[in-house]
Amino acid sequence: MSTRKRDEPLDLLQGTLDLLILRTLILGPQHGHAIMRLIKQTSADELLVEHGALYPALQRLEARRWIAGKWGLSENNRRARFYALTAAGRKHVVTATSKWTRLARAIARVLEAHPIEG
Amino acid sequence: MFRRTRDTSDFAAEIESHLQFEIERLQEQGLSADEARAAARRAFGNITLSTERFHDAQRWTWWEEIVQDVRYAARSWRSAPGLALVAALTMALGIGATTAMFSVVDATLLHPLPYPHADRLVSVVDDLPGIASYDVGLSQPEWLDLERSGIFEHVAPAWFDENNLTGAARPAQVRLMSVTPNYFAVLGVAPQLGRTFPAENRSPGYLLEIVISDGLWKRDFGADPRILEKSIRLDTDLYRVVGVMPPGFHAPGRTLDERNADVWAATNFYGPPLPLQPPRRMRNIPGAIARLAPGVTLAAAQRRVDALVGNLRREYPGDYPDGTGWTIRLVPLQDTVVGDVRWSLILLLCAVGLVLLIGCVNVANLQLARASTRRREFAVRQAIGAGANRLMRQLLTESLCVSAIGGAAGIALLLAAKASLVQLIPEGLPRLNDITLNWSVLLFAVAVTLACGIIFGCAPAFAVRRPDVMPVLQTSIRGGSGSRGQARTRNLLVVAEVALSIVLMIAAGLLLRSFRDLLGTALGFDPTGVTTVRTRLPYPNDTSIDRYPTADKEAPFLRELLRRARAIPGVERAAAGSSSAIPLDHAHRDVNTMPLLVEGRGADAAQAPVVDGSVVTPGYFQLLGMTAVRGRLFTEFDSETTPAVAVINEAMARAFWPDGDPIGTRVKLSRSAPTPWTTIVGIVADARTETLADAAVPQIYASAYQKVAKHLAIFLRGPVDTAATADRVRDVVQSLDPTLPVFGAQPLTEAASRSLAARRFAMQIVTLFALTAWLLAALGIYGVMSYTIAARTHDIGIRLALGASRERTLADIVGRGLTLAIAGTVAGLLCAVVVARLMAGVLHGIQPLDPITFAVVPIALLTVALCACGIPARRALRIDPLLALRCE
Repeated sequence: MSTRKRDEPLDLLQGTLDLLILRTLILGPQHGHAIMRLIKQTSADELLVEHGALYPALQRLEARRWIAGKWGLSENNRRARFYALTAAGRKHVVTATSKWTRLARAIARVLEAHPIEG
Repeated sequence: MFRRTRDTSDFAAEIESHLQFEIERLQEQGLSADEARAAARRAFGNITLSTERFHDAQRWTWWEEIVQDVRYAARSWRSAPGLALVAALTMALGIGATTAMFSVVDATLLHPLPYPHADRLVSVVDDLPGIASYDVGLSQPEWLDLERSGIFEHVAPAWFDENNLTGAARPAQVRLMSVTPNYFAVLGVAPQLGRTFPAENRSPGYLLEIVISDGLWKRDFGADPRILEKSIRLDTDLYRVVGVMPPGFHAPGRTLDERNADVWAATNFYGPPLPLQPPRRMRNIPGAIARLAPGVTLAAAQRRVDALVGNLRREYPGDYPDGTGWTIRLVPLQDTVVGDVRWSLILLLCAVGLVLLIGCVNVANLQLARASTRRREFAVRQAIGAGANRLMRQLLTESLCVSAIGGAAGIALLLAAKASLVQLIPEGLPRLNDITLNWSVLLFAVAVTLACGIIFGCAPAFAVRRPDVMPVLQTSIRGGSGSRGQARTRNLLVVAEVALSIVLMIAAGLLLRSFRDLLGTALGFDPTGVTTVRTRLPYPNDTSIDRYPTADKEAPFLRELLRRARAIPGVERAAAGSSSAIPLDHAHRDVNTMPLLVEGRGADAAQAPVVDGSVVTPGYFQLLGMTAVRGRLFTEFDSETTPAVAVINEAMARAFWPDGDPIGTRVKLSRSAPTPWTTIVGIVADARTETLADAAVPQIYASAYQKVAKHLAIFLRGPVDTAATADRVRDVVQSLDPTLPVFGAQPLTEAASRSLAARRFAMQIVTLFALTAWLLAALGIYGVMSYTIAARTHDIGIRLALGASRERTLADIVGRGLTLAIAGTVAGLLCAVVVARLMAGVLHGIQPLDPITFAVVPIALLTVALCACGIPARRALRIDPLLALRCE
């Protein structure tokens, strides 16, 4: 997966990247680089988004019409492609988030119920 | 669906913008501009892969990739033009030959007969299994029973005969079908001019109207548009032409003559010249065709016919004695028309398929060898992000391109050579005229082309699936002989190829030896210098105007004819006989058989066996060089006024008098009661007059002065020109009777040679295939050895540099190739044993495991294999060790 060795940030589970991207866009349209930085910052540097994996994910989401891309200017006047949530995307975030939270809570409960000795 | 939402440059711009953000960020952290750019790129990972994934996301991709693959394939083949040419040529020949054979199979076996609703057409075959007689024909009352049974829409008996046509430029012999008036209603074909017969007519005798073929109309009547106002004489009877069949119409029939009938006359098979009330036991109608009633299946019809036959046997026990076991079989008309050609065609299609398969194996091998030298190229492409599947597809595309070019060339070749190829086919092949390159044939060619491309593309494609990128990239050796697994696949392919070739070569060898045996066999008669010419006496419907109703009326004509024929310059001997007396030439099945009733054996006339019989004049046996083994042959003293005599051959003596003496025995050669007895006076040595394959076919000969024969053959021995003689004989015959046609002049040797036409065709084709297979196997071994040696140049160089002797090295290299050839030969011989046993039925004069064939074929193959190994090996040995080592 990776040829770089760092302080072992967490690899993303399959499918979670899509949700993180959508979640990030709730705050407003963003370009790819910013999405990546925001995910890293909000997860307190725990989650690492592979640069190369980000763009195929964006293509995928756009193809599903959950986000829409448009060229625009960044705050430092650089041309970038900005992605915004569509109405369908917004609906999807809500359902996907509640599903994910339930799943995470359930897993957490199982893991805490039987703490590993030692 | 296939529209692209974004183009590639837009995506590239987005990535570039991403990189700029990253560079900016890194520079803020204190890196230099260059360092920042490098780090950003590193962080982004594989940009190419990203781009490719982007492509994959687009639906349009597949088409673009195919175009790209094809373009790449073309480029890649251009770099190896020789290989591409060999591969495409192999495919062109293979696909061309297979398609050609398929077009024959398609026309003969797969296409329905060219009549409307041909699936409802059957032929009616009567058998008497109780006395081992099959296809014995039916009687007029039986026809009426079938016609009225409701099982069929119509049942139409047909009786093929030659006939004498007068009224055109000069007397001509025509092929006549005597049919019931409903015949054309069965076939469902309308005439191009006029009408056919009134289907419901049941009047006695012949209807005085005829329908003629388009061929006869154009040939003998100059396509006269007023033909329908004309009358013509057939066997001296006057008929009105009521219809002309359309061009391309062929009657369904078992023989070429039947299919090419010129004239159809209608009769209900009772009334003059036939009896007014034909008896049930008089099976004088050779066969019938029928159209099943709508909605009746073949099986249901057969059940109902069986029930009908059961009832009739109970109703008429005198006509159907239990011993004969009369049954009626319904056979799809297509099967009757195609006959036993089916199996020969399937055999040939298999043989040609085998050749194609060998061709495919060959090309696969070349591809595989080439793939191994291209491993570096594939490794590089994989390293820069091409998926393994993509590479496989690439290789398959390359194969498909070659097979497509080959297929196109093959079909072009076929179109160009079609006329001359059709010439090769013996003219007796049923439905020869239906052979076309139609859509189903083209579809077949396309399918074969695709299959070939996939077959020979798969081996190299699977070879690249194992992603061992690093080792290949790291090794410095360019090319290399490929992995162990690939080498094994390649060797296996060569072994398979050799084995397949051996099977074909053995099959061809056996056919060739059988054929030579047939040609070289002692005939028992001498056909060289004998010319035969045919004529025919008419059978008028009104027997009172028949000039030759009995043997005593015919005998003076025959004597005078032979006297005048002997006066023709160059003629040394002359004899006459029925047309069935012409050795190895049997145009008609029905005129050369006679029932045989032996005195004192008291069998019912209806149950009497049927034997091959001829009627000949006294000079016949001497002219053909056939000798008596016992008793005497005919003399001029056996005339119409002396007691009737007959001569039989040894086979007949063995079959009918296994432990008695036939000479002096009296027999009858007719079922009708008043026939006088005929005494057997001599036994003639067996000769291959019936078929080249067998001398021991029972034959009986009656004297032409004592038994009437209307289909006549005149035999002339002497150094004469066939065409000129035909004219002289015509003068002689027509000076005696100007209404008689003279036709069919041929050297007797030609009849013998023509009787082998079907065998010769199969033998030639299989031999051609075997030679191709042999060459392809040699090419295959050569190709593999060349590549192996080219790849091992380095090794060989080292060996030679280290002082290995050239002889030793040569032996080692050739040994490897020969091992493969020997393995293939052994495998092939094992398969060939099975194939040879299956072929036993078509072999002649040799055992299926013919030692000569089984010895010569492996030697021939191993010899060519030795050359195929030796040539590249010798080239390898000329390598300068220093150069070989330095070329790295």
